[in-house]
Amino acid sequence: MIECKNIVKTYKNDAEEIVVLKNLTFSIEDGEFIAITGPSGSGKSTLMHILGALDTPTSGEYFLDGKNVTDFSDDELANIRNKKIGFVFQSFNLLARSSVLRNVMLPLIYAETPKNEREKKARESLKNAGLDEKHFNNLSNQLSGGQMQRVAIARALVNNPTLILADEPTGNLDTKTGEIVLKTFETLNREQHHTIILITHEKEVAEHADRIIFIRDGIITDDYKTKK
Amino acid sequence: MKFADLFEEIYSALLSNKARSGLTILGIVIGIGSVIAMIAIGQGSQSSIESSIQSLGSNLLLVTPGVQRGMGVQVSQGRGSSQTLTRDDAEAISSLSSVIAVSPEVSGRYQVTTKGTNTNTTINGVVAVYSTVRNVEVETGNFITDQNVKNMSKVAVIGPSVRDDLFGEDSENANVIGQTIRIKSINFTIVGVTKEKGGSGFNNQDDVIYIPITVSAQYLTGGSYVSTIAVQASNQEAMTTLQAEITNLLLDRHNVATADFSIMNQADIVATASSVTSTFTMLLGSVAGISLVVGGIGIMNMMLTTVTERTREIGLRKAIGAKRKDINLQFLGEAIMLTFTGGVVGIILGCLVSFIAYQFFSLATQVSTFSIILSFGVSGAIGIIFGYYPANRASKLNPIEALRYE
Repeated sequence: MIECKNIVKTYKNDAEEIVVLKNLTFSIEDGEFIAITGPSGSGKSTLMHILGALDTPTSGEYFLDGKNVTDFSDDELANIRNKKIGFVFQSFNLLARSSVLRNVMLPLIYAETPKNEREKKARESLKNAGLDEKHFNNLSNQLSGGQMQRVAIARALVNNPTLILADEPTGNLDTKTGEIVLKTFETLNREQHHTIILITHEKEVAEHADRIIFIRDGIITDDYKTKK
Repeated sequence: MKFADLFEEIYSALLSNKARSGLTILGIVIGIGSVIAMIAIGQGSQSSIESSIQSLGSNLLLVTPGVQRGMGVQVSQGRGSSQTLTRDDAEAISSLSSVIAVSPEVSGRYQVTTKGTNTNTTINGVVAVYSTVRNVEVETGNFITDQNVKNMSKVAVIGPSVRDDLFGEDSENANVIGQTIRIKSINFTIVGVTKEKGGSGFNNQDDVIYIPITVSAQYLTGGSYVSTIAVQASNQEAMTTLQAEITNLLLDRHNVATADFSIMNQADIVATASSVTSTFTMLLGSVAGISLVVGGIGIMNMMLTTVTERTREIGLRKAIGAKRKDINLQFLGEAIMLTFTGGVVGIILGCLVSFIAYQFFSLATQVSTFSIILSFGVSGAIGIIFGYYPANRASKLNPIEALRYE
């Protein structure tokens, strides 16, 4: 479960102080499929970084699984990211010239998972992400965009995280492939009850989620369940 | 992160970019290899020149006719230079105190023939004491004796190079003794072969034939002029006094005000030669130093680009749970692996080049531990610092910034 209380984030830019997030309060239940959307510059990426433990808020509190992550050290945050959060980025960010399996096993190395379990977990995770088994030993740069994003999803899933954060996962894909990737998220949510947060500026993409939080100028302007 | 995983991560990161790793290693190999080879050649020639000067004999004063301008090696001995020294001068010098031995010598280059072969070599007219004064040892047979000098026997002692030139590479000393050689249409009987002294080119002390000085004076050079009088002093301390005494004696004997001869002190020769060779070593050293710097800049460049290029990778690794320590250790490990591999190959290459220079170009080489430590240390330090420093900086970046890095 995720709880945000009075989250404020400001950036200092020379003399000016820019307030990006203004006092956000909301919570997300386990197993929800939620989209955070808004125009560019609205602060949704900053919010995603805080939710992903990549950044800490200037003030306010962020509870992840009941733990107050706000005042964690760098190494503790790294640990949280490793164990509880799975990232899917717009530009995939796979290790080039490394095999698909290696890429998926990478978080397990940092989690110090015993060696003999890693490949089994990675294969399982890749199957869940819907990648054909014949690609498992391919190098990551030999895959298509859709396949790369599936590998990235598998990498996000491999540690069985509390939360999957997808930052514009369809941004670099054509509509048809994007649709398949979004379907994968839906399946992961419905069948395996992963909590998924989708960050996007596209309304059609956001509508795949069960709940939409709309942000504009650092304030939540709308928070509603979709009809599904 | 466990050590075995770290090692595997380093290994696969280096292997997944073979060209980049290879070029970095190459830079290190060339930097280290050239320093080791250059210093080896420099130090090798220095010690070979010093030892060949030492082998000329000890506590020597060399009296030569004419006035020498500055120090230098006499290329044309005997011929063309002034003929102001005689065997009588040598006789007079031997009566001075603190003189152990006096060896008048006359030398020139002549064509020497034997059955079917011939060679052009230095013919030294010597006396018996030459062998002790000049440190010449006879391998087989005898050196020129006092008896030979007195009787004007047409006998010759040859150097091993002459033996090889005249009788072939595989000729045996024993078979050579008793053979006849012709110098200026005069037959000489070989009575001895000297031990190999080494040296090469202009400095080959084995490419020489010794004959009695009386015979040389009679048939080859004419007159009792000598080209060198080598005087051996009883000890090092006496040499300066002896030099002055000889100067006075000869000025008196020649009845001249300014010297028509010059005296070289062996210590001076050694000093001159070592100053020449140390300049030479310094020259090679600076060339090597430059290649070390260039190699270092290459490593620096390669490491900096590598890390900059991989900032996004660092961001990703951090996002999926790598701690700062993990990132630092990985990049430090990669830098150590590259410099170590390059260093070992470079040392092998440097030694190999030194060996080839010795084997095929007969350059004396001496691989020194100092050069190995210096070159390995410098390029190792550069590699590690410039591999580690930017990675350390990148590991401090917020993962988001690192991921967005272009």
